[in-house]
Amino acid sequence: MEERRREFLAGVKAELPILLGVSPFGLIYGVLALSAGLPAALAFAMSSVVFAGSAQFVGAQLIGTSAPGIVILVTTFIINLRHVLYSASVAPYLRQLNTRWKCVLAYFLTDEVYAVAITHFTQPGMSPSGSPSVRWYFLGAGLAQWSAWQASTAVGIALGAQIPPGWALDFAIALTFIALVIPTLTDRPTVAAALSAGIVAVLTAGWPYKLGLVLAAVVGILIGLLVEGKPKEGVRRP
Amino acid sequence: MNTTPVALGILIVGMGAVTYAIRLSLILLLGRLRVPPLVQRGLRFVPPAVLSALIFPELLLPGGTLMLSLGNVRLLAGVLAGLVAWQSKNVRAGSGK
Repeated sequence: MEERRREFLAGVKAELPILLGVSPFGLIYGVLALSAGLPAALAFAMSSVVFAGSAQFVGAQLIGTSAPGIVILVTTFIINLRHVLYSASVAPYLRQLNTRWKCVLAYFLTDEVYAVAITHFTQPGMSPSGSPSVRWYFLGAGLAQWSAWQASTAVGIALGAQIPPGWALDFAIALTFIALVIPTLTDRPTVAAALSAGIVAVLTAGWPYKLGLVLAAVVGILIGLLVEGKPKEGVRRP
Repeated sequence: MNTTPVALGILIVGMGAVTYAIRLSLILLLGRLRVPPLVQRGLRFVPPAVLSALIFPELLLPGGTLMLSLGNVRLLAGVLAGLVAWQSKNVRAGSGK
């Protein structure tokens, strides 16, 4: 019992510094989701039902522009596909847990919780197959992140309700995306992916059902892979 | 926007289901399912590609027509925001060590 508590609190504590960066995003999400036209209750519900920052931003924006549901779902899939890697990466450490625990912890597997959890799991001295107590650490980090995300979203929604409709806040979403995209442009392949996706999106903007967005994302990813070329490990093969 | 709250609610549940299924996938299926290397390499291009695909039309097509001039306030604001973000990224990178 004592160990559970200690592990849980250690998880909460490890997550705390990250929450300083997460909370402003929850706040901005709340404000922008309202300005995109989502009812307050649904904007808030999205934070617990979806619980994925960037997918929520993009989802709110797409809902605001009346994109069809299937495009929104495909876009959510593309944006969150990176979580497959997190899932694969934490899996060995959760192997000993029963299915119910696995199902609970999977819900909390956001970027930030993953970062904290995997750092803990891979510490020297930790068993490579995980110990049963890691679930409490994971749960602590996850609940801390979850609470901060719900609270900051609620504050953002309350603030958003005060903002006069005349302000062009829909454009603020684009500015937020710019602040998010710049740090991802770390080398030539990522810049090529961004430019090609942007250009395709402009050329296909007139397409129905926002299908241009899906095509643009796929073209951007392929161009990124092409510019990057073959990975070095592949060279070994004769 | 022209959807009913009920339809929006269903859509949000769908987004949640997609997200949760991805997160749970390999925790449950470990060893039975592998991520293809190409997908693994491609994942890092998802954020720049998706975000740019959303940003470019907002900046370049105000009101639905292509506007590549200084009169395009959105483009100016976007370029400015990009420069600020770039600058603060470099500042952080410089002071990081």
